[in-house]
Amino acid sequence: MNLTVARITARALLGRRRFLLLVPLPILVIGLTILAKAVAPDSADQWGLAIINGLGIHVLLPIVALIVGTAVLGAEIDDGTIVHILAKPLHRREIILAKLAVAVAVTVVVSAVPMFIAGAVAVSPRYGLGLVVGCVIGSLAYCSFFVLLSLLTRRPVLLGLLYVLLWESLLTNLLSSTRVLSVAHYSIAVAESVGGSPHLLTTRVSVPLALVMTGVFTLVGTLLAIDRLRSFTLTGETS
Amino acid sequence: MDRQDRLVELRNVSRWYGNVVAVNDVTMTLGAGVTGLLGPNGAGKTTLLHMMAGFLAPSQGTLTVAGVPAWRNPEVYREIGLVSEREAVHGFLSAWEFVLASAKLHRLPDPAGAARRAIALVEMEEAQYRRIETFSKGMRQRTRVAAALVHDPSILLLDEPFNGMDPRQRIHMMDLLHRMGREGRTVLFSSHILEEVEQVSGTVQVMVAGRLAASGDYRSIRRLMTHRPHVFAIHSTDDRRLAIALMHEESVNGIDVEKSGLAVRAGDYGAFTRALPKIALREGVRVRRLTPSDESLESVFSYLIAGVQ
Repeated sequence: MNLTVARITARALLGRRRFLLLVPLPILVIGLTILAKAVAPDSADQWGLAIINGLGIHVLLPIVALIVGTAVLGAEIDDGTIVHILAKPLHRREIILAKLAVAVAVTVVVSAVPMFIAGAVAVSPRYGLGLVVGCVIGSLAYCSFFVLLSLLTRRPVLLGLLYVLLWESLLTNLLSSTRVLSVAHYSIAVAESVGGSPHLLTTRVSVPLALVMTGVFTLVGTLLAIDRLRSFTLTGETS
Repeated sequence: MDRQDRLVELRNVSRWYGNVVAVNDVTMTLGAGVTGLLGPNGAGKTTLLHMMAGFLAPSQGTLTVAGVPAWRNPEVYREIGLVSEREAVHGFLSAWEFVLASAKLHRLPDPAGAARRAIALVEMEEAQYRRIETFSKGMRQRTRVAAALVHDPSILLLDEPFNGMDPRQRIHMMDLLHRMGREGRTVLFSSHILEEVEQVSGTVQVMVAGRLAASGDYRSIRRLMTHRPHVFAIHSTDDRRLAIALMHEESVNGIDVEKSGLAVRAGDYGAFTRALPKIALREGVRVRRLTPSDESLESVFSYLIAGVQ
């Protein structure tokens, strides 16, 4: 991984207005958890499901990963600053790994902190820790996928949203077999296992399958992204 | 520096997008010294530069930089310094941070020293700690040139490097390119302005409609154009008075008085542009706008192709 690329990427990411989009969701998760605990302390299994599963795993984690994963490379491709980095004798693997590392780190911090608080308040600190591990798993797979999307299409956010909303939120609820290709369910499976499985969240994906599929998403996404970046083409005005 | 390290070679290179041919069967070899890539907008200059810089694959033909293919080969950037046309820099970085980052990305043994030298080359020491987003277009351009030079490349590719520069900055950039050429580097810059090329480069490659229309010493190409009529659009405080005065000028072939100003056809570019200020001063007329018309630019190239063929 190239630290100079990572540093520039992090500054570009955290300095963009787009980053402010990441602020409301974590605050909402923490605020709703504290409110629910104060109002109904004995029915954590009901509101916990809604907040942690409905809002945390299915909205907060993928949306944060989508914003961050498409920004680390896609925003630089859009504004052309990527050329500054690409016109250097760097293996494209170094560039992708640096960008991916920043994306995963930021996604984990932004999603795992509120999820830990929600899990710890609703159930137990151990459960909160399980959710943190689930967020790490989800961040890896989502970010690899979204970084790749930003190299495959000029509309990565739109396609990413379609995946999150149509595939993960709609199809996996209607057709349980589609869960094997759902990052959210990998996160749930691992979080449940590490957190002591109080059955707040439900998934049919087993932990080994979740880990293997996370590895596949991450590896295939990263390798394809490296290959696509090697063939990066400068378009624009042809004068 | 090996001679081969400085060579950019194109053999029957073409590039097309669907049915549109952007570059058509271009063969050229660029060696040490400054070469101007001249052509009107849409001639294929940027496409050609992008291919040389490894950011576009030729659809046909072979293109090598320092003896190796540029496409999908990041190692060529050890030899290439690139200043692309699109003004794309990380605005949140200072000029120092930007050039230093370039030095680090090149893994230079002394990145800070290399960054200092490159910033001094473009005379940006005073503003180096300011964020790039606060810079004028010319200052940004110089910062980008510093970043492109930080690793002391043997080949320097610049796409329209004089865009946005004020006259003093242009002179400085021209001096810098001259110096790079004299030091034995291969410097290629694109421009659609004939006079820029005249002042900077000895060798010219002229592109028109994707083809290499003419190539060689600037003076021989310039000779072809000396008697070519140039059209200038002029707007002044008293267009009619200026038109009458200009009719007596030997270099003027004809004048049309239009609503928007004067369209002056001059037989000798240099003589006319030297005479105009004197005439305007003598007549007490203030010239508010003087532009070579775009059509005239196109006609330059058409004329040139006709002359060369």
